Amino acid sequence: MAVTKVVMPKLSEQMESGKVIKWLKKEGDPVQSGDILAEVETDKADVEMEAFGAGVLRKILVPAGSTVPVGSLIGVIAEANDDINSVVGQAGAGAPAAEGGAKVPSDAAAPTDAKPGMADRPATVPPQPRSEDPAARKPSPSKGPEAPGSQRVQEAVAQAPRTLQTLPSGDGGRVKASPLARKIAAQSGVDLKLIQGSGPGGRIVRRDVEAASTAPAAAAAAAPVLRPVTPSVTGPEYEDVALSPMRAAIAKRMPLSKAPVPHFYVTSEIAMDRAWDLREELNALEGQPKISVNDFIIRACALTLLSHPGVNASFQGDRIRVFHRVHMGIAVALDEGLITPVLRDVHAKPLAQIAVEARDLAERARQRKLRAQELSGATFSISNLGMFDVRDFSAIINPPEGAILAVGSVHKVPVVTDEGLGVGRRMALTISCDHRVMDGAMGAKFLQDVKRLLEEPLRLLV
Amino acid sequence: MAVMTYREALNLALREELKRDPDVFVIGEEVGLYEGAYKVTQGLLKEFGPKRIVDTPIAESGFTGVGIGAAMVGLRPVVEMMTFNFALLALDQIVNSAAKLNYMSGGQYNVPIVIRGPGGPAHQLAAQHSQSMEVYFYHVPGLKVVRPSTPMDAKGLLKSAIRDDNPVIFIESETLYNVKGEVPEDPDFTIPLGQAIVRREGTDVTVIAYMGMMYRAMEAAEELAKDGISVEIVDPRTLQPLDTQTIIGSVRKTHRAVVVEAGAGFAGMGSEIATEITEEAFDDLDAPVLRVTGAQAPMPYARNLERLKTPTKEKIADAIRRVCYANGSR
Repeated sequence: MAVTKVVMPKLSEQMESGKVIKWLKKEGDPVQSGDILAEVETDKADVEMEAFGAGVLRKILVPAGSTVPVGSLIGVIAEANDDINSVVGQAGAGAPAAEGGAKVPSDAAAPTDAKPGMADRPATVPPQPRSEDPAARKPSPSKGPEAPGSQRVQEAVAQAPRTLQTLPSGDGGRVKASPLARKIAAQSGVDLKLIQGSGPGGRIVRRDVEAASTAPAAAAAAAPVLRPVTPSVTGPEYEDVALSPMRAAIAKRMPLSKAPVPHFYVTSEIAMDRAWDLREELNALEGQPKISVNDFIIRACALTLLSHPGVNASFQGDRIRVFHRVHMGIAVALDEGLITPVLRDVHAKPLAQIAVEARDLAERARQRKLRAQELSGATFSISNLGMFDVRDFSAIINPPEGAILAVGSVHKVPVVTDEGLGVGRRMALTISCDHRVMDGAMGAKFLQDVKRLLEEPLRLLV
Repeated sequence: MAVMTYREALNLALREELKRDPDVFVIGEEVGLYEGAYKVTQGLLKEFGPKRIVDTPIAESGFTGVGIGAAMVGLRPVVEMMTFNFALLALDQIVNSAAKLNYMSGGQYNVPIVIRGPGGPAHQLAAQHSQSMEVYFYHVPGLKVVRPSTPMDAKGLLKSAIRDDNPVIFIESETLYNVKGEVPEDPDFTIPLGQAIVRREGTDVTVIAYMGMMYRAMEAAEELAKDGISVEIVDPRTLQPLDTQTIIGSVRKTHRAVVVEAGAGFAGMGSEIATEITEEAFDDLDAPVLRVTGAQAPMPYARNLERLKTPTKEKIADAIRRVCYANGSR
């Protein structure tokens, strides 16, 4: 009856490829709609992938450990007696870029002509295979995803341009697609804007989405076969390390912020003595969650943003979107990069709840166990490098947010008091603001109120 | 199971119900001595006598009114229309009395009447005798409307109609009276009103059709199977109440739908079903629902023009190809 294609899902706006960490079902296992099929590593987190159809997991096309572009066919669910050859055949060579093969030692000092990896390509360009991909180097005509027959490759090449060109639409940019095509595209992560419809008037219908979701893999199969790498006698002078999905996402995303968003920076120094004492007092209470300095800052920012909606805002081209709720992005440093999980409706949460939820988010971020929806939707972000004994720094805004707060260490400094010279705890906060959304005074007033809350920290508890 | 014609199945249903329940009687033009204009009441006068099988003058409004009055005081009349086109003469009795008395009496009266007879286009019966009369009735709150396509359905649904406590419009077809099929002889066999049936399983498109159109859709489906298009055919059987659940379930599976009806399409059953599908299964649709209907014109007498007016196998197949995006019109 129904054959369900399992494709690499698009789990975030910027996700372009994903890695199968492990399959939780084997070939031949019965599958119900909604069953967890596999765990997938995206550019930001590890997520569980659900089955959208029922039957038997007939074929696994992409083994655990392999990375493929979003929309690539990675498995097939069908009834036990269904013929799935045509579906598997369409996938041609899903030529997964095995991660082990991504580290390629160079045999000479000559610059490599390495093509950029798929992850950092603009979405409108059809992904090209990595030229160093070892899977592409050794075509064996036998079986499986990495072994396309030559005829199949030609079909795939003929098909790819039709499905992947960006086509001008004479209809004010509205994509004409059947409701079912839209539903499948949303589930499989196919961008309808990149598909040419085969229905009347160019309507995108189911078969177009299904063809597109397998086309990138097919195109990859058409990679020119490169000569084998001869090991160098003297050993490699350097090696090119493939971008991890997270590094690729950061590399792609940051220039999209820094270049077009006109940043300005405002720094303020906060006297943290009272907040420090209050925190110690709170943390001495039995049965209460441990509260960090960052939790104080989150709470202070959340409250202040409510009275400074102009800072809790986003540039939208011809308008400014002012948010009435505060969803706080909290930057978490990982060994391989940075991730910013989102603490939602933080303006409505007391300090203890913020502490518990922020810790949970950070821990799951480190385990790469965040859900996709926990990675988007922030209206403002905080980046804290205090634990690295940093005096102050400036952060890059994460669009479409309008501002980000960079937090330095709380450190002891000599201060002038009424009695003379004393020791005080001080912390620098630097806000980076999108000048299209706000001006210097707005950022300064915001910081002033954050400072007031942190310096009179009982206000954070009421 | 016995193999019998649609006509024989109706006759058997009447005979079984006349035997089972002494309140059941048959009334209409030529139902007794002549044994029915289409011989559906064959042998009944002889078996049950003139009190149960009542011949009437040519007066549809009158004998329909007699039937409604009898139903109000507890009998279960089966009123035969020689053809359903003649029911237009009794429309006020049906619409204003039969359909509404239960409501307007605050439930003091119900009207367990069946009004049955052939309707819809047949062969060269021309403008006045080829009308798909169901549209006049399923719009009226208080009436149930049945259109049985097979001998088994004819028997099972007629028995349910007679046993139902509401007025039921039961429209047969001249073109189906000689169709043969298996029919259970069990006198307790009935088919509940309001249940559609999947006549043919398929995966690519759902065709909703009843009566003669169902058979034409079957032929179209056979032809399209050669092109690799797998057609599922749903026969609603009862138009009011309509079994939307079965229809929607099928469309959720196939993602495409074509509705066929013999009558003119404007505000017809096809419009209703297409709307139900759009409302209930929009996100499952891969193509707009198409209707294949009779033309918006009186039925011509000339055979070639009759063919132009009526949905044909070719027209049905063409619509199926279009919703499957399989007709090359890219």
